[in-house]
Amino acid sequence: MDHVFAAAAFAGTDLSCRRGGRLVFAGLNFGINSGEALVLRGPNGSGKTTLLRLMAGLARKSSGVLTWDGADVHDDLPLHGSRLAFAGHLDAVKPALSVRENLAFWADVRGSSLTDIDKALKAFSLSHLADLPGRVLSAGQRHRVALARVAMNGAQLWLLDEPTNTLDDAALSALQGVLQRHLQNGGMVVMASHGDTLLPQAKTLDVRAFIAKARTADLESAA
Amino acid sequence: MRSFAAILRRDLMLAVRNQGEMLMVVGFFAIAATLFAFGVGPEANVQSRMSSGVVWTMALLAALLSLERMFALDFEDGTLDQLMLSGAEPAAVVLAKTLAHWLTTGVALLIAAPAVALSFQLPSQAYGALMLSLLLGTPTLSLLGAVGAALVLGSRRGGVLLSLLLLPLYSPVLIFGAAAVEGAILGIATTTPYAVLGGLLILALTLCPWAGAVALRHAVE
Repeated sequence: MDHVFAAAAFAGTDLSCRRGGRLVFAGLNFGINSGEALVLRGPNGSGKTTLLRLMAGLARKSSGVLTWDGADVHDDLPLHGSRLAFAGHLDAVKPALSVRENLAFWADVRGSSLTDIDKALKAFSLSHLADLPGRVLSAGQRHRVALARVAMNGAQLWLLDEPTNTLDDAALSALQGVLQRHLQNGGMVVMASHGDTLLPQAKTLDVRAFIAKARTADLESAA
Repeated sequence: MRSFAAILRRDLMLAVRNQGEMLMVVGFFAIAATLFAFGVGPEANVQSRMSSGVVWTMALLAALLSLERMFALDFEDGTLDQLMLSGAEPAAVVLAKTLAHWLTTGVALLIAAPAVALSFQLPSQAYGALMLSLLLGTPTLSLLGAVGAALVLGSRRGGVLLSLLLLPLYSPVLIFGAAAVEGAILGIATTTPYAVLGGLLILALTLCPWAGAVALRHAVE
């Protein structure tokens, strides 16, 4: 934790994504620099998760370019993966491993330092749960483990899909503190969210605006 | 390399904590072979005539049993997404998971095989051939299985699909594995089946991690 990051820019131009034969969104542009946050808004099913997975390089884009400092991220996906941390709806916590072992595995895979585990556990008030197996955790506790994984892995770009779900008030303010510190250190945050104001300074992107474009584009290609 | 070792270590740790799965594979192997013995009857020369084929076929089916879960658990709990984003080469992820699978099921089958062969009255001169052919053949089963397991991710009834996909691909390993044991039973010293098994292993080792990596990329899309 508390890595300081160099200036960088992450941007997407004219992105569109097709799922199950249907265009989810089209003509979508975004840009974010170090120290900035972007909040994705839109109703359920509007493509926020798809856009986050596309930014991570997991989902396949149908058109457009994703760039990091001007270079196409699809030229080297493992490199792109190593500079981002992703927390989706699934927490990736193994029931048979303890909280600490779960985090130690990810530190091991990414080569981040093991001392960061204790800091991340403390930041999300998980220290007293560190030796409990994942299977006994509640949904909120599991989600905090997932957020601790994001906080400790030393990545500049954090992609969070509705990170406030299942969190209580104490965990919300802990998350807010961690996010603000990450931004102060030159990190970037993109998160999908409904209405909460964790990051008042964040730019917002309403995904709904690009669904209409997708409909028109779909109709044109059908015609 | 670092992530390869980390994934291998974690999978072995999980296998040790969930021993039931490993025991299930060995248990299936032993019980299925015993059923065969009951079905065929107690005649010694019939059993010993069939032993190589039965041991090999049952080992193959037992390996198949454990394959469906190779990537499925990681896929369902989001671990696979994280592994694809960890900066690790996807082929290294496949190779690490395959090696862990072989160390937990292939080696367990290898340990159980002599006992099962004994109950089938495999002639004593053939045990060396049985072990060597299993040692060369079972890694190929795990490698092919990894590709299959990655391909059926996210599909319902994946287990049945996996069997349909893999059993035809497994037949060369079965043919040459059983042939090696058969040769030893009849006292015909021949290296050909071993050479073929070794060749299949090298071929699988060079192709399967890449094929599996492509399948994993599709699965997380």
